[in-house]
Formats: sequence, C-alpha cells, structure tokens
Amino acid sequence: MDYVLAALVGVFIALGVYLLLSRSVVRMLLGMTILGNGVNLLIFTAGRVTRGVAPIVPEGLDAPVGPIANPLPQALILTAIVIGFSMFAFLLVLAYRAYKSLDADNTDRMRLAEPDDAPQPPLSY
Amino acid sequence: MNSLLFRTAAPLIVATMLVFSVYICLRGHNEPGGGFIGGLIAASAIAVYGMASGVPAVRRALRLDPMAIAGSGVLLAGFSGLISIFIDAPFLTSIWLYLDLGETVVPLSTPLFFDLGVYLTVFGTLSAVAMALESDPEEEL
Amino acid sequence: MEDLAHAALPPAMIETATAIGDWLIVLPILLSLLGAAFLMVLRRQRGAPVIGAVLIVGGVIAADVGLLLRILADGPLSMTMGRWLPPFGISLTADLFSAGFALAAAVVTLVVVLYAEMGRDAEKGRDGFHSMVLLLLAGVSGAFLTGDLFNLYVWFEVMLIASFGLIVLGGTPLQIDGAIKYGFINFLATTLFLLALGLTYGLLGALNMADIIRVAPEANPAALTGIAAILLLAFGTKAAAFPVNAWLPASYHTPLPAVSALFAGLLTKVGAYALLRTLIALLPQSRDLLEPVLVGLAITTLLIAPLGAIAETNLRRAAGFFVISGIGAILAGLALPSREGIAGAGLYIFHAMLSVTALYLIVGLIEQRTGERDTRRMGGLFVTSTPLSILFFGTILAIAGVPPFLGFWPKLLLLQAGVVEAGENWIGWALVLALVINAVLTLIAGTRIWAHIFLRNGPEGVAGALEPMALRPWTGRARLAMGSTLLLCGVIFAISLWPNPMMEVGQKASAELLDTSRYVDAVGLAEVMP
Repeated sequence: MDYVLAALVGVFIALGVYLLLSRSVVRMLLGMTILGNGVNLLIFTAGRVTRGVAPIVPEGLDAPVGPIANPLPQALILTAIVIGFSMFAFLLVLAYRAYKSLDADNTDRMRLAEPDDAPQPPLSY
Repeated sequence: MNSLLFRTAAPLIVATMLVFSVYICLRGHNEPGGGFIGGLIAASAIAVYGMASGVPAVRRALRLDPMAIAGSGVLLAGFSGLISIFIDAPFLTSIWLYLDLGETVVPLSTPLFFDLGVYLTVFGTLSAVAMALESDPEEEL
Repeated sequence: MEDLAHAALPPAMIETATAIGDWLIVLPILLSLLGAAFLMVLRRQRGAPVIGAVLIVGGVIAADVGLLLRILADGPLSMTMGRWLPPFGISLTADLFSAGFALAAAVVTLVVVLYAEMGRDAEKGRDGFHSMVLLLLAGVSGAFLTGDLFNLYVWFEVMLIASFGLIVLGGTPLQIDGAIKYGFINFLATTLFLLALGLTYGLLGALNMADIIRVAPEANPAALTGIAAILLLAFGTKAAAFPVNAWLPASYHTPLPAVSALFAGLLTKVGAYALLRTLIALLPQSRDLLEPVLVGLAITTLLIAPLGAIAETNLRRAAGFFVISGIGAILAGLALPSREGIAGAGLYIFHAMLSVTALYLIVGLIEQRTGERDTRRMGGLFVTSTPLSILFFGTILAIAGVPPFLGFWPKLLLLQAGVVEAGENWIGWALVLALVINAVLTLIAGTRIWAHIFLRNGPEGVAGALEPMALRPWTGRARLAMGSTLLLCGVIFAISLWPNPMMEVGQKASAELLDTSRYVDAVGLAEVMP
C-alpha cells in the first residue's frame, strides 16, 4: 500500500510541477493545487498507513486497546488543506483581477513590473 | 439568480442552514463537527441568501461588517486561551466548568469558546469573500 | 486492570505550574494577533486604527525587550501550549537570536506604521491596513519564537496571507502584476517547506525542534541531507538567495513605499532565520554535507546582487538588489559554522532588518517628494533636500559595511570567521574575497545611485548647468514620515557607535545555537537524551 501511495505522490508532484511550468496563470493555479494535494498525500503516507481502528480511547480505559491509526498526520493535513485553500482562493481572485486589468493570462505578457524594454544602465559616473 | 422559486425558498434554506450550523458547531467536541465546519455552513447560507436576494439585502440582514465578525471571533478565541493564566497553566490549557442546572449538567469549557471563536472567524471571513465575489463592482475584502 | 493500565502509562500532561514570567514568550504573538483582530473590529472608526496600532506595537516591543532580558539572564525560554508534554504539545521556544530578531521586527513595524501615514488619506482608514500590518507582525514574531517545525509553517502562512493583503492594497495593475509573481513563488516555497516537513515527520517521527535535535543524529544521514536540501531550496526562495531571487526585484517595488519597506525588512529575514535555525541548530550534519552548495550560493549571491543594483534605474528595484546582497552575506555565515561565523550571520540579519528598512523608507521619501521612480529623471537634490541626501548616503555606507556603520560589525565577524577557516582550506579565502568584492560593488552601486539622485546637477540629459528638481512641498504627514525615518536611522547610528552590547549578545546567541543542550533542556526533553 505504501508503495502505491508513494508512486501516487510522485505522479501528483510531477503533474503539479508540469502545470506550474506553464505560462498560463490558470494552469499554474491548478498546478499549485495538485502539488499541494501531492504534498498532503505525502504527509499522510509519511505517518505510516495502518489498517488500525480510529484513535479513540474506549470508555473507561486510559489507553486504546490494540493498534490504532496515527492521528497526527490528519491534523497536519487538515491545517495544510485549510491554509492551501485560502491561498488558492486569494490567488484565484488575483488571477481574475489580473485577467481583467492586465488583459493577460499569459505570464509572458505581464511585463508592467518588469518592463520588456528596460533602459540601458546610465553610463555616467 | 432571479428565479421566483429560488427567492421564495431561499429564506427557508438559509434559516435551516444557520440553525444546523450552530448545532454542528456545538456537537463538535465529542462528535464530528466543530467551529470550522459550522462556520463554513453558515457562510454558505449567507452565500445562498446573497444569490437569492442580492448583496445589499445580505448586508442589511447581517447588520455587522463581516470582517468585524471575523475579528471578534479571533478575539474570542484568543481570550479563551488566555484564561488559563489564572490557574498557572500554559496558554490554551482547557478549563472545564460543569454547570449543574438541577435536571442536567452543562459542561462549559474554554475549548467551547475557542470553537465559537473559530466559528465566527470562518463565518465572517468567508461571508466577506462570498459577498465580494457576488457583488459585481470592484470591491475589496 | 484499569489501575494497572494507568500506572504503566507515562504522564501525558505537564504537572508543574507555569510561572507568570513564562508568558513573556506568548505575549508578542498574542498581542499582535489580538491587536489585528481588534483593529479589524474597529476599522470603521476614524483615526482609531493608527493610534491603536502604535499602542499595540509599543506593547509588543515592551514584551520583546522583557523576553530578551529574561533570556539573557536565564537562557532559552519555552512554553508548551495546553499543558501537553513537549514532543506532543506545540512548544514556543525562544533563544537569544529569536528574541533579538523579534524585537528588531517590532521596532521596524512601529517605524513603518508611523511612516505609512504619509501615503494614506483620511478616507483610506477603512482598508484594514493596520490589521494586516499587525497580522504580519504576529506571523513574523511567531516564526521567530516558535519551537515547532509545523508551527513555523503555520506562521509562514500567516505572514504570507497578511503580505498578500498588503501587496495588493491600492489595486493598481502594476501591483497586481507584482503580486502574481510574489504570490506564486512564495506559495510554492511554503509548499516545498511543507513537503520537507512531511518527509521529516516520516523519517524522524518528530516535528518539535528540540525533539529533532535529539533524534536527528541517529537517522539516515543521506535521507536527512535530502530533506535539508529541500529546506534550503524552500527557505532560500523565501530569502531570495541567488538562483531563486528573481521574484524579489519583480515585486517589491510595486506596493506602497511603507509596505515595501516592511517586506524588505521582515520577510526575507524570516527565511534567512529559518535557514539558520534548521541548518545550524537542527541538522548540523546535513549542513556539513551541503557545505559546497552553501559556499556556491553565498558567493554567487554576493557577487551578482550588487551588479543588479548597478544596472537598475528604477530606484526601488535597485534597493531590492541590496536586500538580496545582504542575504548573500548571511549565507556566507551559514557556510562558516564557527562561533564567529554564526554570530556574523545572525547579527547581519539583525542589521539588515533595520538598515534595509531605513533604505526603503528613505527611497520612499525621495519618491514621494520628487514624484519620480526612475533615477534617470532625478538630479540635483543635494540643493533642495540636504537631510535626505545625508541620510541616504549614511544608509548606503551602513549597507555596504563601511566602518563604523552598522553593517561593518557583522561583516567583521564574518571576515574573522573566513580568515580562520582560510587557514585550513580555500573555502575561507573564497568567501572572504567574495565578501570584500561585494562590499566594494555595493559601495559603487549605492554611491552611483546617490550621485545620480543628489550630486549631479540635474536629471539625465540636462546635466550641464545646475538645475535641481522641483520638490513637492512638505506636508504634515510627510514630516511624520521623515521623523520616523530619522528615529530608525538614529537607532541604527546609536548601535553603530556602541556595538559592544550587540556583539556580546550575538556571540552568546551563536554559542547557544551551536551548542543546543540548553535549548533542548528548556523545552524539557533533556532527561531522555541518549
């Protein structure tokens, strides 16, 4: 099972990187999301996949009986998902605004901050 | 969305969702649920209402600025963690108070208030986002 | 049966009482976070946000000073949230470097809050600027003071969200263009950090920094070095080290001048601090294996950054290259892990936080008074604005590291470490040479910009007769901005002339970072040490 998940993480990250290398902002956004999901899956796998029961202590006991699933990766992933979601929402709005005000989805055409025809450095002094 | 059916049904849906969100928030300590999910449900209720009756109506109904609600949520959560200073415990230590009302015992705790803070924060922020997306003109968060 | 099970279990909670004094470590984060929320509630009130923000940041500074004094007296301080025992509960842990940087960050924020009044009109009070600045301060303080790797990630994201909000404030197309580049690269960097974090958890089963220090020596060194390499890439991107630095000059000149100054002072330095913490304190063995990479990064960053500043005519973009140049010096310290080298790197972060912010503030004043962003269209300002001219020149000297200005002292430590290292191999010489060349190039770039703006007779093309630019008249808010800039420059100047306390604290902090036993002890994990 671990190997399958590890391979899947690899596929996710490769796909994310591939999309991030695109010039289109929307594709880059999708790439970020897939990359983020790959990383979340990686944390899940890193916490060891067990076929245990939910990590809940039965009533009247102080410790769970038998093997349990590791609860920590879920907490980490939940935090990461929430944060990733808000970042994604912000970047999505930003991409939309960029599309409206710069009329560009292609990063090659976003040259306001770094003008294409940059002046030569001054030669004096 | 200007459809008569939707506009008529929306208040019912919104009211049900809001009540359900509070229920989800309160059961969250021992069962699936919690402030985050509750806040999400409440915010989606606001989004539905915004779709049905327009953003100005939502603003009137909310009365408060959604970001102010979010801010007060963070304040509530932060102060619930601060209370543990009085029992010589670190920040965010949970304190429980079992309120005996005769017929039933109501467990009050700082995690409850923390969760309510989370509820308000998520509700406020996502309502603001939903309202900004639903109103057409360039409106910032 | 139940009693037996209970007896066999180790304690899960901290039983000892927490002293009131330990709350000092939570205060800087809590004050700024609650302050941000409070101002968000109050944002409709006219004037309230500014006064509130100044008071809150003042409180944060007081808490940071208290924390620093406490750590100087008693060593590292730690508090584990919610009474859970350390490796499981989330710890905040501060040593001298953390507290010192947190203090510098709060001072910078105070100056910027005062300064920001210049670009803001009365009706702009509602955009939540002060909330976001305080949220940024909360993220930065949290990143400095945390003792848990995952918590560090969370604070990075808090910082990122706040900076997203700040960078698009105003919403001009230029800003949106910059924000796209800033946003994607920084989000990618934190995702990479999360990736390294997941691998760390898989390999060590630990995320608490003190716990990592404990278990890292027994782990597979090759796997651990792979993780360290990903961390280096992630934090290097955050800090804008050479091959991954292009986002910084592409975005830092787009927001309001005050926001630029805040970003330049705080954000890259948090990345540099995270490098210092992870590579020196947590994974020193992996750092040794990565040494050639670090040396290469340091030298290329040191040499290329000032060249960018020489070639640039947009004033704030040129300032961006000075930020990167400072990161090169910090990387040089990371490549020289002796006591002097680490002290040099740490103090350089401290110096860069103050000096780079001052540079951006002065640049913002120049832009505001001339109404220009391009140095080619400026000239002759020495006639019309002598104080700005002196301040700009002094700050350039501080950044280049000319004695006795602030940048000289950390560079002295770095050179000392380099010369000691040079006795053993060529790395020391190479770094010393790169540092010296960097200082010369920085001085050339800075003085050239200074000469273009202030010294020559007029803008490019009309440089014959003395034709100084006409300046906009002073306004009350611009005077406040000038005053706050003077305040920061005064602080920098005072530390430059009396560097002894700073040098002593830096040496002590560096010793603490290299020998982590007191740090681990403070978290409460030492007794299980193998």
